Amino acid sequence: MSPRNPTWRVKRRTVLMGSAAAALATASNTGFPRMSHAQEAAAPVGETRMTVSLVVNGEPRELELDNRTTLLDALREHIRLTGTKKGCDHGQCGACTVTVNGRRINSCLSLAVMHEGDEIETIEGIGTPESMDPMQAAFVEHDGYQCGYCTPGQICSARAVLAEIEAGIPSHVTADLMAPMQVTEDEIRERMSGNICRCGAYSNMMAAILQVHGGQA
Amino acid sequence: MAAGNPAAKFIAGGTNLLDLMKLEIEAPQHLIDVNGIGLDQIEETDDGGLRIGALVRNTDLAADERVRRDYGVLTRALVAGASGQLRNKATTAGNLLQRTRCPYFYDTNMACNKRAPGSGCTALMEGAFSKQLGIIGTSDNCIATHPSDMAIALRLLDAVVETTNGSGATREIPLEDFYALPGDTPEVETILEPGELITAVTLPAPLGGVQMYHKVRDRASYAFALVSVALVLQDDGTGRVALGGVAPQPWRMTEAEAELPNGAAAVITRLLDGANPTEENAFKITLAERTLAAMLAEARG
Repeated sequence: MSPRNPTWRVKRRTVLMGSAAAALATASNTGFPRMSHAQEAAAPVGETRMTVSLVVNGEPRELELDNRTTLLDALREHIRLTGTKKGCDHGQCGACTVTVNGRRINSCLSLAVMHEGDEIETIEGIGTPESMDPMQAAFVEHDGYQCGYCTPGQICSARAVLAEIEAGIPSHVTADLMAPMQVTEDEIRERMSGNICRCGAYSNMMAAILQVHGGQA
Repeated sequence: MAAGNPAAKFIAGGTNLLDLMKLEIEAPQHLIDVNGIGLDQIEETDDGGLRIGALVRNTDLAADERVRRDYGVLTRALVAGASGQLRNKATTAGNLLQRTRCPYFYDTNMACNKRAPGSGCTALMEGAFSKQLGIIGTSDNCIATHPSDMAIALRLLDAVVETTNGSGATREIPLEDFYALPGDTPEVETILEPGELITAVTLPAPLGGVQMYHKVRDRASYAFALVSVALVLQDDGTGRVALGGVAPQPWRMTEAEAELPNGAAAVITRLLDGANPTEENAFKITLAERTLAAMLAEARG
């Protein structure tokens, strides 16, 4: 290791400051702790609350929130869509999976105020007990759950997994990066690894996902 | 804004920063959301390489056809990390700047020089759990590893980090020089200055050859590396090797790569010369050698 010291080169490329960069102050009285072990908590800079407009399951929603409110808490505690579950709250379990602008994310690791104008789809938007999405129906048919707590996240992820394979997004088990992606048990297992099921209903979920894929093909 | 307030932080994907804020490990006074300012494209450079915008999501980088075709080791490293949900959110710059997953850094009841400078290193205390931790480039103050898979491939590919600061000045930092070894200041992880923002990562023209990334971990998916090996092997037997999971930064040395025609043991002996493992993680030296040996056998058919 020979640390050279790259020097500054000044050129006028006003990439950031004064652009769309939104400033979010961080402190006050929700989920996030007040005091830090790393440093004494200092007073927040700027506004600590903001108004954000989301489209949730096709319906426009305007919320006035503490800046630190996660998308998960905004959905559950403010919009009262409690189908999306809080498991670990650290992005490790996948129970909070929703899609934002068509892509699955962990809603616990995203601040609601950073989603201005975004389209959010939760389990409630995917289908209803009277009119289930094919993935929901297949989970019911194959008992793709026991306690059901992880199920909304599993279903949101499973639908996204089939879409991601269709879109040609590779995974850790994809053998040939340039060939068309295949729906295989290995691919599904790998791509679903961000969703934990402590009841261990994985094999039944696999059957459900393969059935939905078969129905699409 | 960020330059004027050292307690401010940029936030992009947020997948690591928000996790750390919930645990009180990070406590920024002010977050600056840098999403929506562009920097989300992958462009071809004049010298035949690629410029990857800082805000390109890990999924999009891994799936880009040019990356899959010409920089296979980068796609392989990206999809070896995290989960589908996290890769959809995590950015190129954020991936480089993610913090260690040392259990004592994460546990605020434990001493940690990286989290609370001067408090001590629990990982080096009697009976500590250090299986996952670093064996080289570490110091008496910190044996944490850098957790990124992507960074290992970028280091192999001689990537360069482009930055800008609040007054519009830019600089280009070879990834080789980007990370700071812990020494006496494990809390300092990169040479970035306050308020400096990564705008892009550039890759030189493609290397060709057989490109591989093997990650050895405690479970088959969604776990951090015990050891990972990035390899480019050319027809004539020359190539490049970088290791992950062993050091506070991607670990690569051209002198070690010169040993490639002599086999995995020769490469790893040179590359990990001066390693200072704990009793619990000394296995990583053997594991790195065997992983590379398996890859060389596979690459040579």
